[in-house]
Amino acid sequence: MTVTATVGDALEAVEPAAVRLTGVTKSFGKGGVPVLDGIDLSVAPGEFVCLLGASGCGKSTLLNLIAGLDPASSGTIELPGTGSRPGHAALMFQESALFPWLTAGRNVELALKLRGVRDRGERRAEAQRLLGLVRLGGAYDKRVHELSGGMRQRVALARSLAQQADVLLMDEPFAALDAITRDVLHDELVKLWSETGLTVIFVTHNVREAARLGQRVILLSSRPGRIAREWRVDIPQPRRIEDAAVTDLTRKITAELHKEISRHGNN
Amino acid sequence: MATTDVLESAAPEPEAEFTSIEAGLDALETAATTRKPWWRRVLLAKVLPPVVTIVALLLIWDLLVFAQIKPAWVLPGPADVWDEITANWSQYQITQAIWDSVSRGIFGFAISVVVGTVLGLSIARIPWIRAGIQPILSGLQSLPSVAWVPIGIMWFGVTSATIYTVVLLGAIPSVTIGLLDGVDQIPPIYTRVGHNLGARGVSAARHVLFPAVLPGYVSGLKQGWAFSWRSLMAAELIAVSPHLGPGVGQAMAEAGDNNDMAMAFGVLIIILIIGIGINAVFFAPIERRLLRSRGLIKS
Repeated sequence: MTVTATVGDALEAVEPAAVRLTGVTKSFGKGGVPVLDGIDLSVAPGEFVCLLGASGCGKSTLLNLIAGLDPASSGTIELPGTGSRPGHAALMFQESALFPWLTAGRNVELALKLRGVRDRGERRAEAQRLLGLVRLGGAYDKRVHELSGGMRQRVALARSLAQQADVLLMDEPFAALDAITRDVLHDELVKLWSETGLTVIFVTHNVREAARLGQRVILLSSRPGRIAREWRVDIPQPRRIEDAAVTDLTRKITAELHKEISRHGNN
Repeated sequence: MATTDVLESAAPEPEAEFTSIEAGLDALETAATTRKPWWRRVLLAKVLPPVVTIVALLLIWDLLVFAQIKPAWVLPGPADVWDEITANWSQYQITQAIWDSVSRGIFGFAISVVVGTVLGLSIARIPWIRAGIQPILSGLQSLPSVAWVPIGIMWFGVTSATIYTVVLLGAIPSVTIGLLDGVDQIPPIYTRVGHNLGARGVSAARHVLFPAVLPGYVSGLKQGWAFSWRSLMAAELIAVSPHLGPGVGQAMAEAGDNNDMAMAFGVLIIILIIGIGINAVFFAPIERRLLRSRGLIKS
């Protein structure tokens, strides 16, 4: 334990990280085939990283490990953090997973309450402000089923922000939305990210989405999941999904992704 | 060049652009909900259809009697039943009987809720014990509770203890099974989100598990009430004794002993009305509200 801690501290002095994975392996069941194998990954504070891969590359598993919902089989996961909740990462899913027995506003309030905001008036005002950030100030008293898919994801985003974590983990959050709504939410997310300085790890199987959003795109191979390649993306934000540079990058990454996938058909 | 300039100045800022698209999408995707006035929702949609059905049933009944397919002492008409009930209301101690039966039913149901809930909560999270107990509960639920009456009488004699035994054995399995079903139906993602938000132990139970279980639990309670009411009637019908006092079931037994067909029909209708009434006044509104607020039924 002491050794790991010292190594961690030493590394941190060299290169500050919001999330650092060292040799992370995950297999389910005893002696099972590893889903993730030897993942080393360091994400800088405020960085926007996209994890990309085909089915079975363990990208969702990786997020669950970082979020602390599952334990890693081996390796270390650190979330040093500098904010009010070090070690904590907020998590968003493909489905909004808002609680249907609460209104939109109350869903956000619950996150505040569980974070330890005692005063009700303060919670209400803060939830109202966060909904305002995602332009849903008027939806406070709406029930979840009265909101569209895109609006639900924005409420879920507000709820994640309420957690005041340094790191936001997003597991294909826009995969179930129509293309028009997804475009708009890309703009929304990039705007929030640049305003809040959040560290974002965004999992997707949509190459164009990764190229549109990420400062760094990491391609995972499948079975077992390993880091196959990574690209630094210097195209400045706000980008547009139809930008020529985004399209170029999409083409390059897709070619690599296809190579990765084809490997599995040959044996 | 000039045209380019015009185009550029007309193009909105990127952010302003996406916010206005977003506002448009929000408006398009949220259907305008106009709720009908309450009297149309309640009177026309909920009250009128059963009333019409009842009137139709009474008419058919009266027609059958009018056609004289059976003699009047076998199939009395609605008017005969009404006359008999109003004339012999006090002789059969109907007021007291209704009061006694309803209070027994509610008391027995209340105990069943407490016992059934505690039982359900204590076995829900222990797979091995649950696997042992749940099949037995399902079996008990399908066992007609009237089968317990002779055993109860042999154990406790014709006393309140017998009646409550029968009611509890009828209602507890429903309450417990409703709760277990509710626990099973919690989408796993709610538990994960709760955990990510920081809910642990008591706060997870209060903010995530309890509200998620509620619909299954309420439908278990509703069924539990139906079971306690019918078990009570079965018990009262057989366990007749002067020191038990009157009850609706006893009134039915008395009508049978007197060969009073019109009264038997009358008591049957009273039993139905009480069962339906308590459900309509108490359980149905709670359940409807719960489901509507979660978008599980249309408002």
